[in-house]
Parts: sequence; structure tokens; C-alpha cells
Amino acid sequence: MDLSGLTTGWYLALAAALFIIGAVGLLVRRNPLVMFMCVELMLNAVNVTFVALGAGLNDVGGQVAVFFVLVVAATEVVIGLALVVAINRRRAGATADDVSMLKG
Amino acid sequence: MGAAAWLICAFPLAGFVVLLAAGRRLGEPRAGWLATAAMAGSFVSAAAVFAGLMSRDPVDRRFVVTLFEWVPAGDFSVDAGLLVDPLSVTMALFVTGVGALIHLYAIGYMHGDRDFSKFFIYLNLFAFSMLVLVLGDNLALTFLGWEGVGVCSYLLISFWFTEEANATAGKKAFVTNRVGDWGFMLAMFWAFGALGSVRYLDLFGHAGSLSSSTATAIVVLLFVGAAGKSAQLPLYIWLPDAMAGPTPVSALIHAATMVTAGVYLMVRVNPLIAAADAWAPDMIAWVGVATALFAAGAAMAQNDIKKVLAYSTISQLGYMMLAVGTGAYVAAIFHMVTHAFFKALLFLGSGSVIHALDGDQDMRRYGALRAAMPITSITFIVGWLAIAGVPPFAGFWSKDEILAYAFDANPALWLVGLVTAVLTAFYMSRLVFMTFYGEARFGDEQHPHEPSPLMTAPLVALAGAAVVAGVMNLPFTKDLHFLGTWLKPSLFGNEAHLEIGGGVLWLLALVAVVGAAAGIAGAVAVYLRGRLPVSMVERPAAARAFYVDEAVTRFVGGPGRRAFDLVAAFDSKVVDGAVDGVGRSVRAGGTALRRVQSGFVRFYALLTAVGAVALLVWFLSRASL
Repeated sequence: MDLSGLTTGWYLALAAALFIIGAVGLLVRRNPLVMFMCVELMLNAVNVTFVALGAGLNDVGGQVAVFFVLVVAATEVVIGLALVVAINRRRAGATADDVSMLKG
Repeated sequence: MGAAAWLICAFPLAGFVVLLAAGRRLGEPRAGWLATAAMAGSFVSAAAVFAGLMSRDPVDRRFVVTLFEWVPAGDFSVDAGLLVDPLSVTMALFVTGVGALIHLYAIGYMHGDRDFSKFFIYLNLFAFSMLVLVLGDNLALTFLGWEGVGVCSYLLISFWFTEEANATAGKKAFVTNRVGDWGFMLAMFWAFGALGSVRYLDLFGHAGSLSSSTATAIVVLLFVGAAGKSAQLPLYIWLPDAMAGPTPVSALIHAATMVTAGVYLMVRVNPLIAAADAWAPDMIAWVGVATALFAAGAAMAQNDIKKVLAYSTISQLGYMMLAVGTGAYVAAIFHMVTHAFFKALLFLGSGSVIHALDGDQDMRRYGALRAAMPITSITFIVGWLAIAGVPPFAGFWSKDEILAYAFDANPALWLVGLVTAVLTAFYMSRLVFMTFYGEARFGDEQHPHEPSPLMTAPLVALAGAAVVAGVMNLPFTKDLHFLGTWLKPSLFGNEAHLEIGGGVLWLLALVAVVGAAAGIAGAVAVYLRGRLPVSMVERPAAARAFYVDEAVTRFVGGPGRRAFDLVAAFDSKVVDGAVDGVGRSVRAGGTALRRVQSGFVRFYALLTAVGAVALLVWFLSRASL
């Protein structure tokens, strides 16, 4: 398989597509679990840009940044899933829009 | 030497603190004895400092004892320092001396009072404040004492505060004095602004470099303060009402010491007066002599014995201001000291009479008390002759010196002063005749008697002083002019010198004696012989003090009230409105913005996305420029 035609630009386009899918998913879906997955998708889209630019510009810094993002994402998953579990315990089957007690 | 200087202030302060902590436990009469002992200790310290200064060369008779730095604030630094020089030591001597005697008298006078110990707490605090005022080496420290004596005056005037009138009199004194304090404060700020210091010695050293308009402004503002404290026109109105306080208070604060603080201040700042335009001292002299005449006129028709003495005090303070205005600083201090002796004596004597007649102050119900109260009447008669200007009593010498300088400056001033002297002799004779002579007009159930030796001893001591105090400044030769020589280092050569010669002086003295004799003879004719009806001299207008109080009441109650209401409205509407407006607008903004906080997580996400896009657009558009 010849991958020589794939320039950095393609990877960036892919990342942009993934990011937009994640962002739109976050805005339109109401299931907290799915919204959460969308956030992960956006994070990983950013990771793709890091890796792509790191390779394209021949700079290892791009690869390193990904590790930081992964660590932050891991901690975020812990908190996010805990929130999802807490919401489901209180009100089974609740959507994100149902949790609005703190409105002004 | 330096140690004794701060001891002068420390004794009354210690007395105040001890009485504050344990006054009630000490009770009567020990609290009074403790306070008196504190004053006596203070007097001994002052005498020691005086002796120390006397042993020095005249040019060295001035030093500053710096106790600690009181207000350190950048360029502005004020020390708690005592300026020891002939002027301050003279003041300290008679304040502590007369003060100690009046404390002693008060032990007897306040006998049986519910708040006996509290009275002496206030008296000692007053003495401390007065000594700080006198000894302070800068305007700020003097102002501290100035306010301290004002507070004590207020507390002591309304000492029997359960009577509405006494409490009101205290408030009147306080509020009127605030007007004067305003002048003092502005003068202090101005002096600091112009010279960068409020220390007297700095001010005096650079007084020559002041522009005459600045010096004039400072002097006039200080005189506003002095007019408040020393009861000059038009701020005198609080002093007659201040007689609501116990009589020892009237003697100590409202005759001998506190009310002379204004005169002291003007004498103290004599280099500034010398640097001011000529109209400033002229104004002081005219205000002084007008006050003297006005108050003497009002004293003619008062029936309350203490009111007569109060107006008389105002009148004598007017003489002192006249002396200040004509540059006769020595005469001003001389009269201040002799006046402290004889007026304290007269007040204490009136206290004995009031005491003997169960608190009655109306002279129309007095009479023939000479037989029942021999010591009081004899000492009182000494005080009367002294204030009336009969030689060789003290008042004659000091008043004569003031009149001589007034004649030298402007014969018109002298003439008003002379008329005042005649009136003084008349109304004091009237007081004496109505009280001690004639027929008894008090009720049969009253049996006036001499008070305890505690009260008569100070009377005798003060009477002795009132007889001989003239000795300290006899006009005949230079050596006999002791006070003048002694005060020289404090006056920096700013005192006036008499142009007129010996013959004119003798003539003036003769005229003054004839005037005093005429005043006394007039009172004899009206009140002893009954040759003239009383209504001829006791005019209703004089009895009401020429309606000044009514005019002030009408002014303050009418246009004054409206002006105050306007200011109050400005405060509540504009100033408070601005503060409230800030709060209200924040609240309204918050209410409007709280709708954004919808509680929908996805809406927040949308806002975040929109914000991110907006930022992106902004950065890109900037990058392309």
C-alpha cells in the first residue's frame, strides 16, 4: 500500500472531521455517556493533529504532547464516568438536559 | 530638670488613671485627696522647672523635651515634645497652683455627691489636658490638649446631667467650640502646607519667610479658634450657659485656666502675628475690646450670681485679647495670672454662698451675708477690689498696663477699655452689695453659715494672691518689671514698647482709679443708698445679653436649619445615591445575566464552541493583517 501520497494535510483534514463529529455530537446528543464519548473523540482528534504535525515538521515535541493529553484524558475519564454513575443512580435514564437544578 | 518637665503632665495623668481604675473604691474623700495630691505634685514639678530655668542664663531659658515620636507619617512627623520656656512655665505654674487650690475646695464642695470620685476623674483629666496644651511643643500636641480640655469642659458642665438644662448647656459649649476648632485645624494645616512643620520653633524660625498674606490667614484662623475657646464675640455664647456646671468647675475651667487657652495661643504665636498684616492684630484688639464692653454691659443686669461672674470673665478675656492685639503680650499674661487668682477666688466665694443658701443662685434672694460668713465675705471683698481695679490690689496693676498699651496704640481702644473698667467696678460692686450688704432677703428657714475649712483655706490663699500678685510686674523700674524681663525669651522681641512717657502713665493710672471709684460710687448710690431706682441701670436688654442668644437661635433655627437640611439632603440623595447606585446597577446587571445560566450542559457547550470559534476568527483576522 502506497502511503507516499498522504501528506500532512490529509491527516489534518481527518482530525478536523473527527473534531467536528465530536463537537456536533456533544451538542446534539442528550445521553451523558454518548456526550462523554464525543468529548473523547474531540480530544483524540487533537491528538491526531499533534502526531501528524510532529511527523510532518520532524519535531518530536508533537508526539510528547500526546502523552500529556492522554494522561489528562485518563483523569478526566475517571471524573466523567463517576459523574455519569452518580446521575444514573439518582435518576435512572436521565438525560443531560434533565440535570438543570443549578440554573440561574 | 528635663525629668521634672514631663512630671508636670505625668502627675495629673497618673491621678486620672488611678481614679479611673479605683476611684469608686477609694470613695469620698480619699479620691478627692488623691486628685489634689496629684495637682500638688504637678505644682511642685512646675516650681522645680521654674527654679531650674531661673538658674540659667536668660538666652538659654528654652528647651524641648522630646518624649517619643507621636505621628510618624512620611514627611510629616510630630513628636510628643514639651516646649519648656518662660511662657509655658508661667502658664503651668498658675494652672497647677490655682488648680490644686480648686481641687482642695472641691473636696468640700462636692461633699455627699453621688459621683464624687467621677468628678475628680474629670478634674485630673482636665488638668492633664490643659498642661499638654500649654507645654506642647507643636500645634498638633496643643490641639490634642485643646480638644481634651474641651471634652472635659463638656463633661463637667453637664456633670449633673439628669437636669435637661445642664446637658443642653454642655452640648452648646461643645458645638460652639467646634466652630473655633475648625479655625484652629485650618490654621494648623495651612502652617504645615506653608512651612512643612507644625513645631513652634520651626514655625517661629521661618515666620519671616512667610508671605504676609499667609501669615495673616494663619493668624486669623488661629484667632477664630482662640475666640471659641476664650469666649470672644461672637462665639462667647457658650460661656454663660457653662455655669450649669458645679462651681469649682466654673472657677477652674471657665474662669482661671481653660478659657485663657485662646489668649495663651495668641501670645505663643507672636512671631506669626508679627509677620502678619497690620490689620490682623488690630482686628484682635477691636474684637477684644468690643467683647469686654459688651460682656460688661450684659453683666450689669444679671441676677444669677454665677452669670454675673461669667460675663465678667468674658469681659476680662476681652481685655487680654485687647492686650494681645496691641502687642502687649506681657500685659496679657500678667492680667491672665492676676485674673486667674481673683476670678477663681470670686467663683469659689460665690460657691460658698450658693452652698450656704442650699443651691440658690439668685442674688435677689441674698443680702446681709457679711455677718454669717465673715471669711467668705472678706476674701470676696478682696477679689472685688482686685477686679474693680483699686490699687494696690493685683487687678489694678495688670488692667492699668493693658490700658496704657491700648492708649499708646489707639486712644479709641483705651476709651472703650476705660468705660468697661467703670462698668466692671459698678457691676462687681452691685454683686457684692446685693450679696453681703443690705437686708437679708432669703427665707427665715435658711441659716447661712461659713463652709468647712477645706473650702475657706483656698479662699484665703487666693485672696492673698489677689492682693500681692501685682508685685510680679510693677511698672516703676526695670527691676520691678519682673514678668516682662522673665517672658522676654518667649516673645522674640515682638512685644510693643510704650512711646508715652511717665507723666502720661501717671495720668492714665489716675483716670483709671477715678473711673473705678466712680463705678463703685454709682453702685453705692443705687444699691446701698437707694438714691436711684434699680430699673435705671438694670435694663431688660442687658439682662437678656442684648438678645444675641435669641438672634443666634433664630438664625440657626431658621436659615441655618434650612442650610443644614440642604446639606443633609445632598448627603442622602447625591452621596448616598452614588453609593447605592453602584450597588443597584451591579444587582440589575446580575439579574439580567442570570438568564444565561440555563442549567443545560449542552447550551454551555454551545457557548464554549461559539466562543472558541470567535477567538479563532479574531486571531486569524489579526494574523492576516
